[in-house]
Amino acid sequence: MTDKYPRGQKYDMPDTRGHFGPYGGIFVAETLMPAITELNEAYQRYIDDPEFIAELDADLRDYVGRPSPLYHAKRWSEHLGGAQVYLKREDLNHTGAHKVNNTVGQALLAKRMGKTRIIAETGAGQHGVATATVAARLGLECVVYMGAVDVARQALNVYRMKLLGAKVVPVESGSKTLKDALNEALRDWVTNIDNTFYIIGTVAGPHPYPAMVRDFQAVIGREAKRQCLDQAGRLPDALVACVGGGSNAIGLFYPFIDETDVAMYGVEAAGDGIATGRHSAPLCAGRPGVLHGNRTYLMADDDGEIIETHSISAGLDYPGVGPEHAWLKDTGRANYVNITDDEALEGFHALTRMEGIIPALESSHALAYTMKLAPTMRKDQIIITNLSGRGDKDMHTIMQREGISL
Amino acid sequence: MSRLAAKFAELKASGRKALIPFITAGDPHPEFTVPLLHDMVAAGADIIELGVPFSDPMADGPVIQRASERALAHHVGLRKVLSMAMEFRKTDQSTPLVLMGYLNPIEIMGYQDFANAVARAEVDGVLTVDLPPEEAEDCVRLLREREIDQIFLLAPNTTAERIQKMHEVGSGYLYYVSLKGVTGAGHLDTADVEDKLKLIRANTDLPVGVGFGVKDAETAKVIADIADGVVVGSALISKIEANPDDPDQAKREIIALLKSMRVAIDH
Repeated sequence: MTDKYPRGQKYDMPDTRGHFGPYGGIFVAETLMPAITELNEAYQRYIDDPEFIAELDADLRDYVGRPSPLYHAKRWSEHLGGAQVYLKREDLNHTGAHKVNNTVGQALLAKRMGKTRIIAETGAGQHGVATATVAARLGLECVVYMGAVDVARQALNVYRMKLLGAKVVPVESGSKTLKDALNEALRDWVTNIDNTFYIIGTVAGPHPYPAMVRDFQAVIGREAKRQCLDQAGRLPDALVACVGGGSNAIGLFYPFIDETDVAMYGVEAAGDGIATGRHSAPLCAGRPGVLHGNRTYLMADDDGEIIETHSISAGLDYPGVGPEHAWLKDTGRANYVNITDDEALEGFHALTRMEGIIPALESSHALAYTMKLAPTMRKDQIIITNLSGRGDKDMHTIMQREGISL
Repeated sequence: MSRLAAKFAELKASGRKALIPFITAGDPHPEFTVPLLHDMVAAGADIIELGVPFSDPMADGPVIQRASERALAHHVGLRKVLSMAMEFRKTDQSTPLVLMGYLNPIEIMGYQDFANAVARAEVDGVLTVDLPPEEAEDCVRLLREREIDQIFLLAPNTTAERIQKMHEVGSGYLYYVSLKGVTGAGHLDTADVEDKLKLIRANTDLPVGVGFGVKDAETAKVIADIADGVVVGSALISKIEANPDDPDQAKREIIALLKSMRVAIDH
């Protein structure tokens, strides 16, 4: 094992059954157990296999375009009048977001396991596009489940997936959004276990998904750490990333967990405001429960039914969150804060005008929190904010919201 | 002896097999459920599985998903289902009742409160779809202290090792899901079921109910010949769905189907 997959750090969660303290685990129907076991064995075997890692690294470099830059946003930092803000430019990856780091990894795993069919769930469509992309490249059949509501509001990404040869299945059950797409993908997997690999897009789901997706996304934090040392000669004081399921955040945080002087801020979507109940902030305003195969913080009512969520950003519109975030919250290692739709839009415009970078609405939540945090810090301090995706996909949403027509 | 163990012992003594209908509580409306439970017992049901509606029924096919949605539209959740169970028990002291659902409602109520509540409602068993034996220790202990059985699912691809684990942790009976996939899907392959039952019986002496794919009297009979119990769910709930404006007609069709299954099984 190289130091590239530094699971030898002091922090060694999860345990062998996928527990992060009381969170995580494997909570699935018996029909899925053999598939989970098979996947876990393959993941354990290949994540430390030098040949697998070499192929993954080559793909990340030549196909995804890594390393992504760490960019010192000098003008914006000056304007905010506090800490120096560095942006980890995941928006510059192939397909425009961090999602591809994980789909490249899982697709290689699928290939090694001899699976010929890929399924995925998607909310905003970024993970669906990233999955359809790697499936096209490897010549694998690809089916993407997407809530009917999301299909309607993310038409551009639906078209991209279709161009890439994926079949997009609109999900009409429940609230017709991301969580229902996940339910439907799980049902597909149960039915087609023999030839199908399920690429989950975030650090949720049953073990090994939270750990596996983290390991594939941790390239973000490993690069950022090295780049920050190169550019500034020291580690950052704070990390900021948006949290829906939490894959871009855990990718940035994970390699820093042992560096206890580095503060971590996960930014949840407060939608219309936490007090309105119309939000997607289970860590800030939810409670522990079990959904989609793991125990974590959820948005649920007193009967344990899952509450419908709201965020301007489809990628954060999910009632659960990765179990490792639940653990980092309870242990106090990371701080979880929230940003409303309106504040996220301020972050969106600020970066666009100040730095000439149009961010995704998801990432805009992290930017908006950075705007609050930076002025409270000294000018010689450093924040790394994860710019997890680019904003092209959100033009329509923002135009509608702001009453703009061309 | 628990009500479930007593029921299976009684059936065995008389050479009969259990007929186990599943319906979702509160479907199509809350007042429909308790009278239907009594009518199903009168039609020959030995044990009843009562589904607790859940917003995200990941292991269920479209028929039971829609049943959950209809019930949730009337805000029928775990607490309401427990009160229905209590009402049923007032006038039926002998028919075992099993709650079947997902873990989150139990997590939110808290295992201790849940165990107390099912004991108070005189529920006999709990089948939690997304609670595998590895994670079930705390819940099983609390239920067992109250003489309530935790029932586990077995799948076609479940290994002998896991069957032994279910045998250790579970009680009452085991529920063999005879198809890969979700509820209400596909067709039944009797030879496959027979092979699997051999493996199951080699690893446990718990009674085995078989479900998924039981559509009519004929399939019920086939299953009854090889298993200890026949579970029928989607086929019953389809009757509710087929009669959206006439729940009484739905009930008549459910009862007729159950009666025909009873006759076929006992024949």
